[in-house]
Amino acid sequence: MTTSAQGDGEAGATGIGPGRREVSIVLNGQRRVVEGGMSVRALLRQLELEPGMVVVEHNRRILARDALSEAEVEEGDRIELVHFVGGG
Amino acid sequence: MKDSSLVIGGESFASRLIVGTGKYRNNSEMVAAIRASRAEMVTVAVRRVDLDRSREEGILHHLDPSEFFLLPNTAGCYTVADALRYARLGRAAGLNDWIKLEVIGDERTLLPDTAATLEAAVELVADGFKVMAYTNDDLITALRLEDAGCVAVMPLASPIGSGLGVVNPYYIREIKRRLMVPIIVDAGVGTASDACVTMEQGVDGVLMNTAIAAADDPVGMARAMELAVRAGREAYLAGRMQAREIAVPSSPTAGMLDRERN
Repeated sequence: MTTSAQGDGEAGATGIGPGRREVSIVLNGQRRVVEGGMSVRALLRQLELEPGMVVVEHNRRILARDALSEAEVEEGDRIELVHFVGGG
Repeated sequence: MKDSSLVIGGESFASRLIVGTGKYRNNSEMVAAIRASRAEMVTVAVRRVDLDRSREEGILHHLDPSEFFLLPNTAGCYTVADALRYARLGRAAGLNDWIKLEVIGDERTLLPDTAATLEAAVELVADGFKVMAYTNDDLITALRLEDAGCVAVMPLASPIGSGLGVVNPYYIREIKRRLMVPIIVDAGVGTASDACVTMEQGVDGVLMNTAIAAADDPVGMARAMELAVRAGREAYLAGRMQAREIAVPSSPTAGMLDRERN
């Protein structure tokens, strides 16, 4: 994974190679630049998250685990990655 | 009297104690306390993955869903829409289709918004969820939640995290008397005696988190709660004596020697 060169305000690494298309998304409430058209599964891989350990909401639609490969990340997408934490 | 096991929504549980997983100092203490409590049903919350921190903070890295029945909650939700969203996210994790529904109406007391809770319950039941609804100690709301198809109704003992114990045992008993579904008292227990008194009201179970997690020794308190819940249940089944505001001697009054004069 390479470090983001997107400047201030961009959280984390984008891992976008040369010649790829950049898109801006809102991931867990934070703006990020990622590779356009990448699958949500690839995004999880880039974030080092196990698909079985998180639930993905893509533009307010919950993605089934077997839909992670088909779902593509595009400009302006809002993605929420949630999991179970301690609670009462 | 022989007790039957707790059955909620067709699932049988040997323990009448349900515990939360929040507010522990660390995960190993949380797991040790839950094991000590001997609870089978364990609540969890749905939250964003913190992308800047350890990816291991998810609770499934620490609690095995084959060892515990994990019950997702809608804690922190103040609207019907949010509660539905969190419930569906929790279900999408693929463990089960159960939800501990709570819709909060007030930040200071964390008392439930009972109208919103009822509306959310109706929607979630229609969507195939098994709903365990956190509610006030209010009979009418409890009856309506039962009518809505909730598998359990969970009136509070007192406000969440307050540790005040059962503030209105009469209302709790009346809810238990009037509903068919299991009644789980959820929130407000502070220490073992509170858990015992709660179970003595005849309810089917008790759900707690802070009382164990915020104890100086959570594992010790978890053990105490396990005993207290069983003690309260057995006392209820055994049927307590009638309370009187006058003493009645335990030893025979007959056969006493002549009283000496002072």
